[in-house]
Amino acid sequence: MDTIYYLIQNTLPVAIPLLLVALGGMFSERSGVINIALEGIMLFGALFGCLSVYLIQGSSMDPQLILLFGMLVSAVAGIIYSFLLSFAAVTMKADQTITGTALNMLVPAAMLLFAKMYFNSDGITTNVDFYITEIPGLKDIPFLGRMFFQNTYITVYIGLLLLVISTIVFYKTKFGLRLRACGEHPQAADSVGINVYVMRYAGVSISGFLGGIGGFFYAVGVMDGNVNGHTGVAGFGFLALAVMIFGQWKPIKILFAALFFAFLRTLAYSIALIPFLHALNINQTFYKMLPYIATMVVLAFTSKKSRAPKAEGIPYDKGQR
Amino acid sequence: MSNNTVSSARKFDFKRLTGSKGFSAFTAALLAIFLGLIFGFIVMLIASPENSAAGFRMVLIGGLKRFGDVLYFATPILMTGLAVGFAFKMGLFNIGASGQYTMGMFFALYVGFMWDLPDSIHWLVCVLAGLVGGMLWGFIPGIFKALLNVNEVITSIMFNYIGMYLVDMLIQGNSVMYIPSKTRTAYLPDAVQLPSLGIKNSNLNISFIIGIVIAIILYVILNKTTFGYELKATGYNKNAAIYAGMNGKRNIILTMVIAGGMAGLGGAFAILAPSTIAGSSMTYEPINVIAPNGFNGIAVALLGNSSPIGIIFSAIFISHIQRGGTLASLYGFKPEIIDVVIAVIIYFSAFAMLMNSTVIKVFKKRKKGRNQENSSGIESTADLNKSKAAIEKEEA
Repeated sequence: MDTIYYLIQNTLPVAIPLLLVALGGMFSERSGVINIALEGIMLFGALFGCLSVYLIQGSSMDPQLILLFGMLVSAVAGIIYSFLLSFAAVTMKADQTITGTALNMLVPAAMLLFAKMYFNSDGITTNVDFYITEIPGLKDIPFLGRMFFQNTYITVYIGLLLLVISTIVFYKTKFGLRLRACGEHPQAADSVGINVYVMRYAGVSISGFLGGIGGFFYAVGVMDGNVNGHTGVAGFGFLALAVMIFGQWKPIKILFAALFFAFLRTLAYSIALIPFLHALNINQTFYKMLPYIATMVVLAFTSKKSRAPKAEGIPYDKGQR
Repeated sequence: MSNNTVSSARKFDFKRLTGSKGFSAFTAALLAIFLGLIFGFIVMLIASPENSAAGFRMVLIGGLKRFGDVLYFATPILMTGLAVGFAFKMGLFNIGASGQYTMGMFFALYVGFMWDLPDSIHWLVCVLAGLVGGMLWGFIPGIFKALLNVNEVITSIMFNYIGMYLVDMLIQGNSVMYIPSKTRTAYLPDAVQLPSLGIKNSNLNISFIIGIVIAIILYVILNKTTFGYELKATGYNKNAAIYAGMNGKRNIILTMVIAGGMAGLGGAFAILAPSTIAGSSMTYEPINVIAPNGFNGIAVALLGNSSPIGIIFSAIFISHIQRGGTLASLYGFKPEIIDVVIAVIIYFSAFAMLMNSTVIKVFKKRKKGRNQENSSGIESTADLNKSKAAIEKEEA
């Protein structure tokens, strides 16, 4: 039983970055822009989030407030970085996949460059303890208290809150409807007076917002508040894309997909604690491969009935019909 | 802007020149390189103003002093560039060159260490093993794309990770290949290493020549064979190609297998090359990092406009500034500066063609001074020229 609690407690902080980034990808793709740059956006957000934490960690602020501050910084950083994608993809009508790849390559290189020159290391190391051992009151709820309110990070609750907000914006607002229209049939959307360019900029910016926060939450929940250019976010941006596809571009399904992948990953890193898996004596690297192999298996089975937005990846040209 | 003053007869020539023979692709690449280098210079200026000029000079011309090294390091990215570019011709984005490269590396290493072969052919068999390894890793995304219609981008990204972890695991588990205390593979026996070309102060080896020959073969395949024609036709318009009776599925798989093979060869060439330390070879460190040469291949392919011949030159260019970047560390800069420059070059080359035609358009508009109606006509002519250029370049 302890093992199950342990796995759940450790799965959630890993699932949240995946969830947020996949939601970001969903906003971008349902507006019609393929966002393969999520990996870069995450790392960019994580970099500036950690940098801001590094700069204010000396003050006597409460760790959770510092975290919230870092989150805001990373969100802004993510939005700014995503402008590079929307400018190229929407305004310049460039190939979205190539642009995204370039943006993914830029961040780790720039980060290593500056970290090596100014910090003499591969990244930024902070020493604020964001960990929450227990939440008074809620921790005593039988069963659930131990699962969700002990040994965790505040990122879990913020992440779930953002999921709720995203779902409402996506399905219950005029904006959400228009955004989705631009990803399915931009010409039709344009004909009823929706500015496709603006909606696509908005979609990519939201993905920058969520991607930046997701990156920072990865740094907090997975890397203990550190970030470095070599490992980056370890392919979480790409995994989030897989989560998004697995979740069929729908928020609630994305939540379950994120939990599934996070669970696999947590399992991979907790082999030593699970007696029967440990006894199998399989190389740990094999378990690290599992999330990626699972992605492929899932994609192989779901691809036939894929719900991909119809106009994604195609630059919108007013003159074309 | 001297072109502003040309006569109307010359203007026609100018238009023809810019609209043909891949000229606009060439200027687009130059534009992207220019912007990338400018960006790199700005970064250097921010990082260390006093050393920026000297450091930037190193980036630009430092590689010339070690041209043998430039070619040596150009070989692997030439191959990954071909891997990306060849798939591009069919409209497939092979972002999985890294995984294919790593697989090729592993297959070559495995044959090099574990198979007992006559000295004279051992290295050749290793190279072929690398080819097979890469082909295998290209085959999988091909199958997924052709039979299950899974986007090749996401598949190849996943297989980058799967391949990297798999190779790390297999190498760590092999006591002949792996030295745990040094966290790297052992040195390959001499007979397995690629024969050196004997250029002074350089380990330039036969792989560079093989690479160029392969690039030329690919050029012939693309331009002189039915398969190449079908491949390009599918790249231009998939539905039209299928309607014309071309076997799309077979071509997708075949393209990915060939592309994967190229990247695999790149990995084999990189790992089988003799290193700078006498009597040693290159080694592989299983540290769970995706091979960057696969991604550099994307830059190489884009700059070379996916043409095998163009890729030869762009590989040498990228390698040249990489060497320059290494030398810039003499002035306190880190070699990562070049990765920044390469990323920016890729970013701009994604829409350099468009910027290029915009620049030309602005030219003509100012020169002709015609009214709005005509300028919209020019716009469509420019677009036409662009697509015409793309087609003619293929044929050239």
